[in-house]
Amino acid sequence: MKERIIEIIHKYHADKTRLMDIMLDIQDECQYIPEECLDILSKELVLSIADIEQTISFYHFFSQKPRGKYQVYINQSAVAYMMGQSDIIEAFEDELGITLGSVTEDGAIGIFGTADIGMNDQEPAILINKRVFTQMTPYRVRQLIDDMKAGKDVKDMAVKAPGSGKNSDPLIDAMVHSNIFRIGPLLANDYKPFDYLKDNLSKIKAESIVEELKKSNLRGRGGAGFPTGLKWDFCRKSSGHDKYVICNADEGEPGTFKDRVILTEMPELVFEGMAIAGYTIDAHYGILYLRYEYKYLETYLNDLLNRMREEHLLGENIAGISGFNFDIRIQFGAGAYVCGEESALIESMLGKRGEPRDKPPFPVEQGYLDQPTAVNNVETFAAVVKILTKGADWFKKLGTADSAGTKVLSISGDCQFPGIYEVEWGITIQDMLDMVGAKKTQAVQVGGPSGTLIGPEDFQRSICYTDLSTGGSMIIFNRDRNLLKDVVRNFMEFFIDESCGSCSTCRIMPAVMLDKLDKILHGKGVKQDIRDLEEWGTVLKASRCGLGQTAGNPIVMSIKNFRHLYNQLLNRDELKYNGFNLEEAIQESCQVVGREPVIDHGHLKNGRERPECKANGTHKPECPDLSGHKDFEHRATNL
Amino acid sequence: MSKLIKFNIDGQECMAEEGRYIVDAAKDNGVYIPTLCNIPGLKPKGSCRMCTVKVNGRLMTSCTTPVSDGMEIENHIEEIENYRKMIVELMFVSGNHFCPSCEKSGSCDLQALAYRYQMMVPRFPYTFSQKDVDGSSPLIIKDQNRCIMCKRCIRAIIDNEGRSFFTFKNRGIKLEVIMDKEMGQRMNEAEAEKAMEICPVGAILKKEKGYDVPIGQRKFDMKPIGSEIEN
Amino acid sequence: MSKPVIATTSLAGCFGCHMSLLDIDERILELIELVEFNKSPINDIKKLTKPIDIGIIEGGCCNSENVEVLRYFRENCKTLISFGECAIMGGLPALRNGIPVEECIKEAYLDGPTVQLNKDKVLPNDPELPIILDRVYPCHEVVKIDYYLPGCAPRADFIWEAVVALVTNNEMAVPYEVFKFD
Repeated sequence: MKERIIEIIHKYHADKTRLMDIMLDIQDECQYIPEECLDILSKELVLSIADIEQTISFYHFFSQKPRGKYQVYINQSAVAYMMGQSDIIEAFEDELGITLGSVTEDGAIGIFGTADIGMNDQEPAILINKRVFTQMTPYRVRQLIDDMKAGKDVKDMAVKAPGSGKNSDPLIDAMVHSNIFRIGPLLANDYKPFDYLKDNLSKIKAESIVEELKKSNLRGRGGAGFPTGLKWDFCRKSSGHDKYVICNADEGEPGTFKDRVILTEMPELVFEGMAIAGYTIDAHYGILYLRYEYKYLETYLNDLLNRMREEHLLGENIAGISGFNFDIRIQFGAGAYVCGEESALIESMLGKRGEPRDKPPFPVEQGYLDQPTAVNNVETFAAVVKILTKGADWFKKLGTADSAGTKVLSISGDCQFPGIYEVEWGITIQDMLDMVGAKKTQAVQVGGPSGTLIGPEDFQRSICYTDLSTGGSMIIFNRDRNLLKDVVRNFMEFFIDESCGSCSTCRIMPAVMLDKLDKILHGKGVKQDIRDLEEWGTVLKASRCGLGQTAGNPIVMSIKNFRHLYNQLLNRDELKYNGFNLEEAIQESCQVVGREPVIDHGHLKNGRERPECKANGTHKPECPDLSGHKDFEHRATNL
Repeated sequence: MSKLIKFNIDGQECMAEEGRYIVDAAKDNGVYIPTLCNIPGLKPKGSCRMCTVKVNGRLMTSCTTPVSDGMEIENHIEEIENYRKMIVELMFVSGNHFCPSCEKSGSCDLQALAYRYQMMVPRFPYTFSQKDVDGSSPLIIKDQNRCIMCKRCIRAIIDNEGRSFFTFKNRGIKLEVIMDKEMGQRMNEAEAEKAMEICPVGAILKKEKGYDVPIGQRKFDMKPIGSEIEN
Repeated sequence: MSKPVIATTSLAGCFGCHMSLLDIDERILELIELVEFNKSPINDIKKLTKPIDIGIIEGGCCNSENVEVLRYFRENCKTLISFGECAIMGGLPALRNGIPVEECIKEAYLDGPTVQLNKDKVLPNDPELPIILDRVYPCHEVVKIDYYLPGCAPRADFIWEAVVALVTNNEMAVPYEVFKFD
């Protein structure tokens, strides 16, 4: 095995910044990262073993223990739960006789939970060895288990169905659906791949591209909404011996899956946008940072990149523009939501823990390998191509005054047609609900767990940067859902699992808040607990990145908009009752010593005599004779 | 020497060399901004968030943000001081900070900040953490229950090849600082001494050392942390 | 006007805090001018005999009786003070928190160094005995606490400042040198 590991390391030129790729390859080879690899890695890459372990332990999909020949990851998003995920887990556990988070004795099958895998419109969904299985039922689980027990390749499993759209392309061959229910200017079929790159790029100066983008008011589609033209301008003007274009396809915000669909249906648009960015900021390298959950797209996307190289759309002197050299590689993540934050993503690409950096300096000044780097969302790159093709004026006419263009929404939860909808900015929530066939809606989670939870009184508000801003995730809950228990709690657990832990605030506070929420959910809460949660959540604003700053939002926003749900659960007696339950607290010790959990300290209050000591037969209280006992003598001499 | 610029903290006019981090520039002007993870001379990490200030209305960590001309900094204001107190309290409840039995008591930065902020009781429930204590190194003991993840040891205790003796493991609430087992074995006296010294709490202790300064003479027994800076 | 009434008790504590209270030395004469003592280990009054203005609690809650006494104080005291580290954060007894109760009891009565004295392997289960809780609780996790006086033990000067401030209705001065956790 040693030779094979060294081979992998040298495939990446023993470059420690490529530790992610190296470990992903090792894991492909060994199914986990065995102890003996650490020594080899440590020597070849000149890293301490603890250093390597800190990267491994950061990412959810890396493991130092065997996780089975078949590694089953079951989506634990709130929507997966709503669509019957517990039945799926139960079926796996029952059939295999193991619990979630463990591996069968023969080492064949491991079942694990995982954060949202980007399939909210076709839940319950699971991953087995990088292959996605959607719309699972207990019956399908049993079929899968039979196939796994028979040792079949994941591609040959009986649970199979053609995916829609390009998911049925032989290079993808996934039972995933694109579920595009509304096409707008971005997703429209009027696009001829690479036309702009081939025919127009040579005619336009980099400055003019920046100007056009500024004029278009295009803002980042990942959620933060930074003006794209400005970002590229900063990056173009920053000095560095190399510059980089990074496409952020780490879409981990629960409830969003639009980047998956864009990369499946029109990856050309994204790569063309990246190449244009390369031309504009004078970068020679582009990197698509793709979340591990979408590894099933790897062959398909690499095939497209190869075809682009063959057609001189990547490589040297692209499209006949002398000196325009640009190539793209795909970098996979390994399961860490926080890597969607651009500086954390860069850290991850360097083989490190995905911890966000302090800013300044910003990535446009010092990003990947400390060089100026433009990081943009998948949808943003796609929008750039359309803007340059059709003009900023055309684009500005779409949407609202402050939010130009369209937004690709990922809509899921309680509605008739969960899927992808491209809408102009400015649409109201109510219109959106009518569009997707949502009835008896109790609440909508706008922008994923880090966004806001709104109720019917806010359904006339509109989706745009200045009102309800969103990176694309829209989750609908009907009146039958238990918002606090099944949604807010799930989201809090998500943030706790996904925090990088670097900032004290985000590392500790969400867990403290969840404990308090649980206290309330168990009927032990008092009024003060609500006030506490509101006050405590504020300190999260002092966290470094967006994850930390919004990690209390599920609770804070639900208190703001659904306070009645909390009030219903409160206990009224604030002075005497503080969530402490004496009857519960004595159960364990009574069991251990074998006595009835009956408390009688009545003498305290009414002044009656202590009950007579009734020795229970075996127990005769008498003073033991300690003389001669070694321990006693030892202590006595010390005294 | 680089250019001198003007800025102000809570209305007080200050001057500093351009590019100096706010926390240091404030210190030069007799203004104390509390820190835990910061160590002068090492690249700042901004992980404890104690030194958070408002810069032109935005929350920033003053150990990582350079001053610039005309900057308006808010430091000693209710909102910020409340955040800082909350952070101290969060750290207390997240570990086992039982001061009466700690070797660092009296010389502990976290405790000193709690004194400064008159923390009578943390507002958050205690978690009573039960994490491992690593005594595998011949020279030091590493008590994870007292660690506040400031990353000081990770950044400061480095061997000749630039490798750190300490690193992070896991993430989020499960984050821990671990010692490289093999490197811990060959740690020398000076490195061990420095590790204990640099740890702002009692998470890294040199073996056979502790309680060597009488109560009343320890670092923060008589004077609050930061009082040496404030004029 | 009658003097404010004080009661004190020690739950899962070592009485060190009460010792520290006595360390106010001759000021105790001033103190009894200011207040009236009701139930307290200091005067050995066993029961509360009237409504109390200030209840002072040393120690946390490690068994059912601690909880009962604490609740009894809460019901009968206008103001309740957590006094010392054990009351505030469980203190030394709370070192067992996180260790299963079963393990603690077995260590104490079966597997510990004095195990040979318990030949019949009896675990204390007489109904007369207070029942051990699953963990040690700081007082404010059981009832509402109004004020906290940290320290192990709280310094006598600190206690003095606090009590005087409370009974004279003045703001408390917290001299830096006496506000300590150890």
